[in-house]
Amino acid sequence: MKNFANLIKTLDSSNKTSVKVEALTTYFKNASNEDKVWTIAILSHRRPPRPVNTTLLRLWANELAKIPLWLFEESYHIVGDLAETIALIIPTTKEHSDKSLTEYLQEIIALKKKTDEEKREYLHRNWLALNYYERFVFTKLITGSFRIGVSQKLMTRALSKAENIDEDTLAYKLMGDWNPNTITFQELILDEKSSDYLSKPYPFYLAYPIEGEIANLGNPEEWSAEHKWDGIRSQTIIRENEMYVWSRGEELVTDKYPEFNSFIGVIPNGTVIDGEILPYLNDEIGTFNDLQTRIGRKTVSQSLLKSNPVVIKAYDLLEWEGNDIRNRPFEERRILLENLYETIKDKGIPLQLSERFSFSTWEEVIEERIRSREMKSEGLMLKRKDSPYLVGRKKGDWWKWKIEPLTIDAVLTYAMRGHGRRSNLFTDYTFALWQDNENGERELVTFAKAYSGLTDAEFRMVDDFIKKNTLERFGPVRSVTPKLVFEIGFEGIALSKRHKSGVATRFPRILRWRIDKKIEEANSIEDLKGMII
Amino acid sequence: MKQPLLAFNDKGIYCHQADVYLDPWRPVTNAIITHGHADHSRWGHKNYITHHTNVPIIRHRLGEINVTGKDWNETFTINGVKFSLHPAGHIIGSAQIRVEYKGEVWVFTGDYKTEDDGISTPYEVVKCDAFITECTFGLPAFKWTPQAEVMTDINNWWAENQADGKTSVLFGYSLGKAQRLLKYLDPSIGKIFTHGAIENMTEVLRPMVDFPETIRVTRETKKEELAGNIILAPPSAHGSTWIRKMTPYVTGSASGWMAFRGARRRRAVDRGFVLSDHCDWTGLLESISATGAEKVICTHGYSDIFSKYLIELGYDARTANTQYEGESGEMDAKKDVEEENAEKE
Repeated sequence: MKNFANLIKTLDSSNKTSVKVEALTTYFKNASNEDKVWTIAILSHRRPPRPVNTTLLRLWANELAKIPLWLFEESYHIVGDLAETIALIIPTTKEHSDKSLTEYLQEIIALKKKTDEEKREYLHRNWLALNYYERFVFTKLITGSFRIGVSQKLMTRALSKAENIDEDTLAYKLMGDWNPNTITFQELILDEKSSDYLSKPYPFYLAYPIEGEIANLGNPEEWSAEHKWDGIRSQTIIRENEMYVWSRGEELVTDKYPEFNSFIGVIPNGTVIDGEILPYLNDEIGTFNDLQTRIGRKTVSQSLLKSNPVVIKAYDLLEWEGNDIRNRPFEERRILLENLYETIKDKGIPLQLSERFSFSTWEEVIEERIRSREMKSEGLMLKRKDSPYLVGRKKGDWWKWKIEPLTIDAVLTYAMRGHGRRSNLFTDYTFALWQDNENGERELVTFAKAYSGLTDAEFRMVDDFIKKNTLERFGPVRSVTPKLVFEIGFEGIALSKRHKSGVATRFPRILRWRIDKKIEEANSIEDLKGMII
Repeated sequence: MKQPLLAFNDKGIYCHQADVYLDPWRPVTNAIITHGHADHSRWGHKNYITHHTNVPIIRHRLGEINVTGKDWNETFTINGVKFSLHPAGHIIGSAQIRVEYKGEVWVFTGDYKTEDDGISTPYEVVKCDAFITECTFGLPAFKWTPQAEVMTDINNWWAENQADGKTSVLFGYSLGKAQRLLKYLDPSIGKIFTHGAIENMTEVLRPMVDFPETIRVTRETKKEELAGNIILAPPSAHGSTWIRKMTPYVTGSASGWMAFRGARRRRAVDRGFVLSDHCDWTGLLESISATGAEKVICTHGYSDIFSKYLIELGYDARTANTQYEGESGEMDAKKDVEEENAEKE
């Protein structure tokens, strides 16, 4: 545990990638195989289920700190992280523990089945036997993921250095569903072919936003273009008469989309398709809001399947006839995909092709992009015809070219303290627009929350304003004198019954602070509704 | 209703009976000053009274002012009100102000800390009826480790950076923290360089404290001279053009705020050391209890939360709005930049 805590401390205290990779590599070289498996699991968000709920955690931590619960809550709002707050308020003792990371995790897994009294005793004993930073790490293992700026890519790079295994091979081995409590390091990393091959997806290839002028991409003939759909990026696997669907977040979501079971027997075995899951009703693409209902549900009822059906828009083919074809040029993969589509398009399965459009000049691409909103896409994708399907986010061969966001000027009405880097600063804001109430008076109605888009300096200024202009406090939330106007950008908009304003916006964020505007000049809900296509 | 001995108005903490202000933030006639930080000793008063150690410090910052220096425990009477200064342990020369009139005793802490840092005259408990206390770190999440342990960490960090071929840049505000760090840096590791603002202030304090040797970073300082050594700089130097010539360098910050991971990341320093010139949670509670005061007024810091807790403990506690800033360093940072700019001209 000591070594793992030190690793987390180093990762957390540097902003430099090189330092992080080095610390991880050294750690992997020295750690036991069991600890390595668990470290990989934790850094790829595969932590064990939470054995204790946070209410009890707070209560029991407070018993050691001997402070009233409200004072704990106030401290938590300011610190911004539960595990950190717990670690800070519990007194440090002279005792120490030298259990390994694996031992701790096995205990935490076993803890789930214990009685509350046993859990309490276990936590008290271990909190007091650890130093401040170990206590923080231990509590984090129980409460949630570490946000320490270590991506899976970075971790894979370090593991690749420590084990002398190619990075892309490793990335593939680490994909999918494996249980750190049962798998060995040998099985996970060293063995040639792992047992759960059948459901295993390939790492996703992700695009960067285009930089500069589109014409800089060079000869248009070398590029392929299609719309960029706004749903859930997914990989659909058909192997040995089984079907699996993975989301980009490496989550197995097969059960959420039973309609794709119809692919079995139609799409040949040994096929893996990269595509976008989209809401699709009455021959039309729906809004992301329509998809949201499907994402949230654990079980999918017949009525939901009817009211919110989905399709896959296929982008690419990664496996064909049981062979990994990611290294073949995009053009070749696409032709295979298009040929496949020709043979199955009349079979009534919810699979469509994400059509490419032909162009000979960049101007034509620019014009097509303008049609994006009308096409219900969020912009374009440009892929080099000879590009292989790479691992992770890479520059050069694939670019995304999103449309400019919709914008509206809104008034800041509520604020909440941020988390992590922004704890102790009011950085999570709620914005409102004007609307006439039944008496014909104009009032501000909440329409969106946003917490990104300002510089640190601007956040400090707004934070200062909020502290001086607080009207009321509701726990961590404060209502603020309506005075500041911000330009809010968002990607999409749809009518919604769940929202007070009657409208749901997608990806709202702050574009800039309109210091030049008075609140009377902010937009209205009517203006916002006018943007719905 | 009887007028309180000390009251808060828009200029500062006011003693009506003596017509004297304590650490006023707007120009007044008579000001008693706790210590030399810019949010406590401000420009523009007609008469300043402070501990004699502070006289050169305040003059360094404010120029030629009309100032009287007093000893610890020396009583001076103004219109029947007895005043005296007592060590606050915050920085060198920092004082608490004791105010007594007709048997009633009030104490204003200014900024203070209970740990003996070896430079400031150690904090002394002053019995009183009413205690006006800062509470910059008035949350149970703040608990300091002893200075000796933190300084060992800092020296180890410096030695590690040196072994990696890096220069260490350590941030601390230029009056107080910088000298506290300087005093305990280990000169056997390497040379200690200073930013101009810190060097100027250290020069003022050298007659009073024995500090290791320092070298001022100037435009002529070469990159090779800095390699592997440590540079003490004010927080405002972070991200400035000044710091670029230290490359390759590693940054560290010594402050109470470094107790929070979020604060450290927000300031984007490589390493945070939790070292504060203010009381931690335990320090605040113990000092308040030791004064025997029934009435407690909390000034800057987490004053709402802290006073609410004091009320639960049975104190007659409340908060007061002041313009003191605690360990924000903003005032100092501004001043440092101004000084550095002045030097360039």
